[in-house]
Amino acid sequence: MRKSSLTITAYMLLLPALLLMAVFTFYPVLYGSYLGFTKYTAANLGSNTPPSWIGLENFRTVLSDELFRIGLINSLKYLIIVPILQLASLGVAVLVNRQIPGIAIFRAAYYIPVITSITLASVMWEWVFTRDGLLNWVLEVFRIIDPKSSFGWLLNPNTALWAIMLVTFWRGFGYYMVLYLGGLQSIPSELEEAALLDGASTWQRFWKITVPLMRPTILLCSLLSSLAAIRVLEEIIVFTNGGPLNSTYTVLMYVYQKSFGLDFDYGVASAAGLLLAIVGFILSYINFRVTREDAPTRGAKV
Amino acid sequence: MTRFSPRKSMNLLLSYVALSLIGLFAVFPFLWTFAISITDKTVASGVSIFDFPASLFPKAITFNNFIEVYTVFNLQKYLINSLIITSLTVVGTLIVSAMAAYPLAKLEFPGRDIIFGAMLATLVLPSETNFIVNVLTLNKIGLLGTYWGVVIPTIATAFGIFVMRQAYISIPSSLLEAARIDGATELQIIWRIMIPLARPALTALGIFTLVNTWNSYFWASVALLGADDLQPLSVAMLKLKGQFNHDSFNVAAGAMIMMIPVLIVFVAAQKLFMRGLEGAVK
Repeated sequence: MRKSSLTITAYMLLLPALLLMAVFTFYPVLYGSYLGFTKYTAANLGSNTPPSWIGLENFRTVLSDELFRIGLINSLKYLIIVPILQLASLGVAVLVNRQIPGIAIFRAAYYIPVITSITLASVMWEWVFTRDGLLNWVLEVFRIIDPKSSFGWLLNPNTALWAIMLVTFWRGFGYYMVLYLGGLQSIPSELEEAALLDGASTWQRFWKITVPLMRPTILLCSLLSSLAAIRVLEEIIVFTNGGPLNSTYTVLMYVYQKSFGLDFDYGVASAAGLLLAIVGFILSYINFRVTREDAPTRGAKV
Repeated sequence: MTRFSPRKSMNLLLSYVALSLIGLFAVFPFLWTFAISITDKTVASGVSIFDFPASLFPKAITFNNFIEVYTVFNLQKYLINSLIITSLTVVGTLIVSAMAAYPLAKLEFPGRDIIFGAMLATLVLPSETNFIVNVLTLNKIGLLGTYWGVVIPTIATAFGIFVMRQAYISIPSSLLEAARIDGATELQIIWRIMIPLARPALTALGIFTLVNTWNSYFWASVALLGADDLQPLSVAMLKLKGQFNHDSFNVAAGAMIMMIPVLIVFVAAQKLFMRGLEGAVK
């Protein structure tokens, strides 16, 4: 008796969470996957007709769409940021992992971009990237570029994606720094001290001690960062909306434009979303394999 | 430092130079935007935000830009929207998480492991295109384009539930047994014992949710498509940018108004953020 009433209480307490997760987290994955195989547009919504099964046609449409191909290439190109961001964040974490006066202020300062809304970042960084902006001024002061040939970084198809990546870097390094700091604190300090006595330089200690010992954390952060990179969307919307000349058009931009941006074709958008999910799974699988193969040899390398 | 060594102090100096340069990279957009926001644009000689290095060091200072953007752009409306959406989300997340975490942490009942596993699974499910179906669902139940439509799909998260579960687990079960012997119901136990003892975790979850919701852009913009009057500041910021294209001083002031509350929360709860998300879950 007592036991069954406890079960009822347990489920009553879980009910709001389970209901909300079922409707807004699980159902979208299932129904979204189903929509990928159907014809379903805003017209269906208007006339209240259910989606009709069309098999793989949406996938054929998506895969033969030049825009999707451009989006996929740009999303994969965005992966370039992963090694740069991860190594830089780890380097910064090593730099702030010391008890010297004022270090807490530096750590906090590096985290401020993380708690900055992307729309706010877009306001500030557009002034940096514009033709008369701060970036060009700095480059001109250091005579890296000629004022006559200067351009707006977000308006040039060759630079727009890189400029947006710089903002992703700016908003990300403090976040990963905190994750790496947690890992660094578990490295025994004797190792560092021994290497120091053997005359190892800072550079050698970073590559020969910190990086190998931090490998599990690096792999996890790289996975998080890779998944975020192929799913980049907000940055693109607020800065360029995919332009100029589709040079910043990504897969999720395609999904967004197909669903609510321009076309209101939920079937095609869902199919494109499924294809992106497959890319995400492949990346996770590679990461999983690397992590597993890595585990037994890790001790030997140090 | 016990002994003076020139090599060591040289290293320390170099470290501070590196730390400061990285710090400058992190905060220069805020410093510049702040400088622009307090620049008096009415001076006779005229000012431009792209007049370097002058625009980084304003000569005449004023708060008129703040007043102007607040009244002309009707910033108050968006500020109130942000406050409503953020408070509903924070309160909703705390209630849902605090309730759901209790049976997962402290009660034995059939199906517990399955439910826990399902919640874990939400962390790896490909959820980036969920917004499509969620908009269709909100449309069907008539919540599209309302505050609740933005809030409800975001309040039940595995992260929130795990944070609370972890906090509950560390509370000794003997306390609950004693309360049960005294005749307390499970609801009384949650309200009188669990929640007061788990207050640090609740605060942490509340602050993370607050900052995330205040800043969140994409979901709010999709769920409020066509309901411009309900948009939070994070979405309206883009409109502000467009409307005051000619007047960057007002845009900068608007940006500062949006950033200052986040900065205050961050400074007050800095340690929490520095411990990292996984610190809160641990």
